[in-house]
Amino acid sequence: MSDRIHTLKVLDMVPHETATIKNRFYELRLEPPGWSNWSPGQFAMLRPAAWGGEQTWSKPISICSVNDKGLVFFFQVSGHGTRRLAQVRPGDDMIVVGPLGSKFAVYPDRPTLMLAGGMGLAPFVGYSEAHPNPGNLKLLFGHRLPLECYLYPACACKLGERTCRHENMNDEESFMAVLEENIAALAPVNGLALACGPGHFLRKVQEFSLKHGVDAQVSLESRMACGIGACLGCVVKPLLDEATGKNRSSKPQPKSMHQDMPAPVCACGPVFWVDSFKF
Amino acid sequence: MDDNKMQMTIPLKSGDLVLKNPVLTASGTFGYGVEFSRYGDLTGLGGIVTKGLSLKPMKGNPQPRIVETAAGMLNAIGLQNWGVEGFLENYLPKLPLEQLPVIVNIYAHSPEDFSSLAARLSNVPGIAALEVNISCPNVACGGLLFGQDPKMAFEVTRAVKQASGNLPVMVKLSPNVTSITEIALACEEGGADMLSCINTLTGMAVDLKGRRPALANVVGGLSGPAIKPVALRCVWQVANAVKIPVIGIGGVYCADDILEFLLVGAYAVQVGTANFHRPNKAFELPAELEARMKKLKIENLQSFRGTLQIPDIKSWDEM
Ligand SMILES: Cc1cc2nc3c(=O)[nH]c(=O)nc-3n(C[C@H](O)[C@H](O)[C@H](O)COP(=O)(O)OP(=O)(O)OC[C@H]3O[C@@H](n4cnc5c(N)ncnc54)[C@H](O)[C@@H]3O)c2cc1C
Ligand SMILES: Cc1cc2nc3c(=O)[nH]c(=O)nc-3n(C[C@H](O)[C@H](O)[C@H](O)COP(=O)(O)O)c2cc1C
Ligand code: FES
Repeated sequence: MSDRIHTLKVLDMVPHETATIKNRFYELRLEPPGWSNWSPGQFAMLRPAAWGGEQTWSKPISICSVNDKGLVFFFQVSGHGTRRLAQVRPGDDMIVVGPLGSKFAVYPDRPTLMLAGGMGLAPFVGYSEAHPNPGNLKLLFGHRLPLECYLYPACACKLGERTCRHENMNDEESFMAVLEENIAALAPVNGLALACGPGHFLRKVQEFSLKHGVDAQVSLESRMACGIGACLGCVVKPLLDEATGKNRSSKPQPKSMHQDMPAPVCACGPVFWVDSFKF
Repeated sequence: MDDNKMQMTIPLKSGDLVLKNPVLTASGTFGYGVEFSRYGDLTGLGGIVTKGLSLKPMKGNPQPRIVETAAGMLNAIGLQNWGVEGFLENYLPKLPLEQLPVIVNIYAHSPEDFSSLAARLSNVPGIAALEVNISCPNVACGGLLFGQDPKMAFEVTRAVKQASGNLPVMVKLSPNVTSITEIALACEEGGADMLSCINTLTGMAVDLKGRRPALANVVGGLSGPAIKPVALRCVWQVANAVKIPVIGIGGVYCADDILEFLLVGAYAVQVGTANFHRPNKAFELPAELEARMKKLKIENLQSFRGTLQIPDIKSWDEM
């Protein structure tokens, strides 16, 4: 058996809901996978063992946290597959391929701002837990639904209320202003921004961090079939420097990001430096 | 595992092609093979078919390129690949060529380019056969066009055959035609050693809320269990029409699917979209197949192949 495919028992499937919002947000806990080598930012492909040929793809979900109590994911029902995923029950078998993909950078001595949009909060739970210097971490969380729908309360509790800020994203203009202001504030302190969330949110993070000269990474989402760089369905466009032919970003890149070819998000990402690719 | 029971000997003009079992992987769904070596033992497979190669690297289509559908998916990758030289330099040497038949899938815009590709690959040691893609629905030029016109199918087959020396040539057929046997016969006449069918069925999906196509290419190729009945029908028709061996492709998901393709006349199958269920899927099929054979009392696959019995009842009144 490969070290990257596991059949794990479901321990818990906890809905996060309010009086009016039900059956949409779930915290899934599986038995501990015994990984020694995972890092926040990585994801896994999930497939209940009971699924047959009628369901084609496994579902890529960010790894939220891993400890001796279990492997935790947080997901939203957004279509057919995630609706079925939410139907698994404790004791069911889940096929987990992972940990897959790239990781968020950790610079313990630099102020680090985690930017999460909605479900994008998931990887930052593990990031906060694993960071060697949590005093340097801050979180800005943008959301459209009540906070109880997400993992925010647990996160805020762990990080401390003062370092967490949440903003309603429904007022787009004011949210983007807050976002820019927070990113700009990192420039004079050599800070790092890390973002995960919906596409339009990540585009803004890219725009603002490039504008203010702030080092930033975003975790991209893309439709994924294989999750392991084989089908080329999930690709992104690397940004190359015309003179050198190499990737424009000065940060270390996987080999495929230096080539004038579409690069698979699953294998080269999902975490990318904002100056290394074009949306 | 009793090797002989599972072994398939495919008779070819240039000598037999022996597969330790009939489980091959389908082009474009198994990368260049190396991506999957971490998930199973490649040499346990009957063989692999690599991602389609062109003469020069190709970037493929814009995003989105894939969308999931009921019991399948649509893809319009557009044949992104590193080109033949990139493959020979970076991927082929990493494959266990001595224990694993590697079939190289090729694609070109013209019979001349097909011929150059075949010539380049003809003297590369370790390649078991070429698979000629005349059926890709996702590229603007050539592709499917070659597979829909018997004259073009004949010409491409002949061009590849003439340039490929002793390498066996398998031509991959499209289901997007009025008569698949007409194309099959044209390829046989052009000198094909084997045929494989089917490639994907042209299809479409839309995003209702956004009022947009789900794929940037608007249309794409449907694959997965959803297409298996079409594939079985095609394999059965083609196997009955030509004298050369046929390989079945389309929706293979479990051991019974493999047996069904063999029953209607295929010598082997290629596993495609099922590799996306989980990356160890294909590796598990030979053992699953052996268990099913035992259960169904099938002694060996070679003699089981093509034993479909069609009841001799021609009309309602004869019933
Ligand atoms: C690396 C990565 C990490 C992810 N982490 C999480 C997570 O932690 N929590 C979470 O809730 N979701 C996460 N997602 C998104 C999740 O994978 C998709 O919502 C899910 O695959 C949708 O499948 P479905 O069958 O429910 O919906 P579908 O019926 O496939 O589609 C529903 C909608 O989602 C879109 N969609 C389909 N597949 C994807 C996809 N793979 N990514 C983005 N949009 C898609 C479709 O275009 C459609 O609009 C992640 C995606 C990636 C690529
Ligand atoms: C993502 C993807 C990429 C493919 N790329 C190729 C290709 O490069 N060349 C080719 O001949 N067929 C290609 N195919 C077609 C498959 O090889 C196969 O014929 C088809 O998917 C039907 O089999 P399946 O239902 O088992 O997937 C591709 C299919 C998929 C899903
Ligand atoms: S999902 Fe197949 S290459 Fe990324």
